[in-house]
Amino acid sequence: MPLRLFLTFTRIGLFTIGGGYAVIPLIERDIVAREWLTKDEFFELIAICESLPGVFATNIATLVGYKVSGLKGSLSAALGTIIAPFFIIILIAAFFQKAQEHSWVTSAFKGIRPAVAALIVSPCISAIRLNRLTYKSGIFPATALVLMWQFNVSPFLIIIFGCLGGVVYNIVTAQKRAE
Amino acid sequence: MLFFRLSWVFIKIGAFGFGGGYAMLPLIQEEVVEKNHWMSKEQFVDLIAISQMTPGPIGINTATYAGYNAMLNAGYSPFMSIAGSVVATVSLCIPSFLLITLISLFIAKVRQNKHFSAAMTGIRLLSVALIALAALSLMNSDNFIDYISIIIFAGALLLSVKYKTHPIIIVFLAAIIGLLIY
Repeated sequence: MPLRLFLTFTRIGLFTIGGGYAVIPLIERDIVAREWLTKDEFFELIAICESLPGVFATNIATLVGYKVSGLKGSLSAALGTIIAPFFIIILIAAFFQKAQEHSWVTSAFKGIRPAVAALIVSPCISAIRLNRLTYKSGIFPATALVLMWQFNVSPFLIIIFGCLGGVVYNIVTAQKRAE
Repeated sequence: MLFFRLSWVFIKIGAFGFGGGYAMLPLIQEEVVEKNHWMSKEQFVDLIAISQMTPGPIGINTATYAGYNAMLNAGYSPFMSIAGSVVATVSLCIPSFLLITLISLFIAKVRQNKHFSAAMTGIRLLSVALIALAALSLMNSDNFIDYISIIIFAGALLLSVKYKTHPIIIVFLAAIIGLLIY
């Protein structure tokens, strides 16, 4: 079973291109079709993954692996997702510096860089929609952004404050409701 | 001791990287580019582009590349550099792996805890700021060299937001424009 999990997730890792959430339909097709998990169980695992730090694809693999065959399963599934991208990046890292000596690679990347900026604005817009940001609730991320961007506050600190802020806000509103 | 440094940095990124790969970018940039100089700013942007085109999560891709580059820049052999990427990549996955293994028994209860879900709401709200920071930090004169860059940016944004074009296609189109113009 661990070997089958490893191979399944290697294949999933190979076909995940552009963003972690791209793995969801792939895993769903493979895992649910093999009856390792039911659809409901799978969606519950996705919800759990959203509140975990780290890499989404590896996290969901770890959870599925654990559910199917314990610690061995989680290790082999997690390694499976890493292995293919790992070797591809090693190959690229080994040859990229040489490739940059060709002027056409440099030209292509001059065109690519501004497009990459756009490709990150796009998930930012989705995150704004997903959080249903209003002018009022938008104050928090806007303040965080200014602190990090203009005042060089560490993003690590901002995440800690985000956690604490959520808890404090929850306690304060709960008290108000009680009154 | 570069191994320990690599490991510690990526454990930290793995432990604080909430909200998906894009929200993780500012953490990676602060540690890998600004503090430890394992990659230049240009290499970081190019790596994001490469990540969009190659399989695998952006976090894994950056860890692998940073590990390799850090060792190579410090004068180690390519073979040792591969060991560096193994250390960085595995370290990135350690915190959530431990977390899952430790709490998988009562993870459902943790999620129902009201303080926990409040903290998650706070983080989710801030992930907007983290992704915006990643985008803003790319909008500088290194990446936007002339008015054509702005046209490429606007075109890519339109394709991505309005037409949901796949990132690979957008990167390829931008590369072709780059080849034709520069």
